Amino acid sequence: MKSTPSPLVNSPAKASTGIAGFDAITGGGLPHGRTTLLVGGPGSGKTVLALQFLVHGARDCKEPGIFVAFEENSKRIVANAESFGWKLAALRKKNLFFMDAQPPPELVRSGDFDLGGMLAALEALTSETGARRIVFDALDVVLALLPDLAAERREIYRLHEWLLTRELTGIITLKAGGDETSSISQQPFGFMQFMVDCAVILNHSVVLGVSQRSLRVQKFRGSSFDENESPFLIGSSGLEVAVAHTLSRVDAKVSNERVSSGIERLDTMLGGGYYRGASVLITGFSGTAKTTLSGAFAEAACRRGERTLFVCFDTNSTEVIRNLASVGIRLDAYVKSGCLRMISARVITGSAETYLVRIKALAKEHGARCVVIDPVSAWSKSGNDLSTQSVADRLIDWSKGDGTTLVCTSLLDEMSGQGEGGSQLQISALVDTWIHLNYLVQAGERNRGLSIVKSRGTAHSNQVRELILSDAGVTLADTYTAGGEVLMGTLRWEKERAERVVHEAAEVAAELKRVKLDAEEAELNVRLKSLQTELVAKQVEKALLVRSTQSHEGELSRGRTQMKELRGADAAIPKRKRSPP
Amino acid sequence: MSRRALFKFRLYVAGDAPNSTQAIANLAAFCRAHLPDRYEVEIVDVFREPKRALAEGIFMTPTLVVLTPPPVRRIVGTLSHTQTVLQALGLLDIAA
Repeated sequence: MKSTPSPLVNSPAKASTGIAGFDAITGGGLPHGRTTLLVGGPGSGKTVLALQFLVHGARDCKEPGIFVAFEENSKRIVANAESFGWKLAALRKKNLFFMDAQPPPELVRSGDFDLGGMLAALEALTSETGARRIVFDALDVVLALLPDLAAERREIYRLHEWLLTRELTGIITLKAGGDETSSISQQPFGFMQFMVDCAVILNHSVVLGVSQRSLRVQKFRGSSFDENESPFLIGSSGLEVAVAHTLSRVDAKVSNERVSSGIERLDTMLGGGYYRGASVLITGFSGTAKTTLSGAFAEAACRRGERTLFVCFDTNSTEVIRNLASVGIRLDAYVKSGCLRMISARVITGSAETYLVRIKALAKEHGARCVVIDPVSAWSKSGNDLSTQSVADRLIDWSKGDGTTLVCTSLLDEMSGQGEGGSQLQISALVDTWIHLNYLVQAGERNRGLSIVKSRGTAHSNQVRELILSDAGVTLADTYTAGGEVLMGTLRWEKERAERVVHEAAEVAAELKRVKLDAEEAELNVRLKSLQTELVAKQVEKALLVRSTQSHEGELSRGRTQMKELRGADAAIPKRKRSPP
Repeated sequence: MSRRALFKFRLYVAGDAPNSTQAIANLAAFCRAHLPDRYEVEIVDVFREPKRALAEGIFMTPTLVVLTPPPVRRIVGTLSHTQTVLQALGLLDIAA
């Protein structure tokens, strides 16, 4: 998890604990040079928290530390802490020291005593090692040996005084009887809470059979702090405290980049795909292809070369890979190349908080840019609904802050009817894009329908589309609407076929008409030619006629002139000369 | 046998804290009363020799370490309860 900047001013007078989330709650850590009281029941994580504080100091803050073990043998503490990967053996050589102060069981007590010996020994150890941090684990063990309340108080004051004058940052852990944190004030050392500068209460309760851990900062002198109970988890590297992010958290960078949903036509419906860093919720009843959609997204992400984490709750990851391969979504190659990490979350047990922290840790470890959780509704099974909802809040918050594109599916309860009811986690209000999958029963068939309920910041199609799964892949079909209903399945196919038939018939008719017209044209052309020939013949005939008429007339006039000349009747010549105009 | 055994004590004290001075006085009185001429006492001030306290694992003061006769025993406190001390040293029946 990224350590988010906190609104509580990180003052230099704080000693960082290195616990993700805890520093955010306290604005930087425990009060530096002061004493912190850590109270909790058995198995609430007191020792782990205290030890982690020391380890962080020794490893990362150049503050050597001493662990005074009153209850558990230091060897056992070190052995137990090995699982967190803190490499205590290496640290012990340099700047992390353990002091075994378990009272021997055969110890005989006669009269009053004090802790002067321990303080003297610690004095020697601190000056030798330059320790700046010190933990007294289970101080109550030694206090119980003191004869009376007054002596207890005296020793606590002595210890406190010693810590203050040496300006050591100290943690004192105490057992709290019972599970009610309020009861510690009634215990003999309850007054310690008033004395110390900072008090933290650890809780470990079981709600509906699910273990839930939480911690609360009860007081912190001279500093503001998050006063609410924060769930935490003892993970693989120590404590991890879940923090609902704080007010001053820098808003995540909003990206305009689109990432493909893995289904081309869905991208089109969404106006280009999901936004990078968006949270997408896919709801639907079981078998509506929620996993398939999220698998398509994962495949697309891997194809872009983005590291992806796929968390499946319902089925084993190998089954998911096999099942998705049947619809053309091949993830195994990406799993092999390490780009995709499949987690079968059935192996994780615990509260919703546990899931979230684990997923966060896994995502961080994998460097995931895209995360798929299938289905997120599995969370509400484990743990009470109240915490699950806040976990969902934090999930979305975290993915936004990290710029991770998150796709989660949510199984809708069959009993909740056909309505597009929001998911149990109330997550639907928080996500950016909500895709709803449904069955549509028409003409004796169930077909998968997909609709986009909401998609923030994008124009999106409002049509219910049919989702088609085949071994060639996943796609959305063209939709046919008839009488206000979207046709799906065979109805769509029939409609398609009918249209095809009509289209073919029209084509044939057109062809026929064309051929007919061609024939008519050819016929006309032929007629045109014969008429033209006839015309030419007529023209020739006409020319011949004119010519023969002219020669005939010439012959006639010549004959007349000759006749006149032969007769010699009158001089017609002048008259003829005048006649042409 | 224990009647003749030599008792070696090491008493860890914290400076002149009231507990510690009381313990020194109590031990002296006890030894005079119950172990005349067969005891040795070494007094270690943890403030002056903190490393000895650390090495020995002395965290509560005053602490009386019974070095001999074996086994090594520890008695924490001002030693004001003589009966407890006698019992711890295995001297109860003798005193009775």
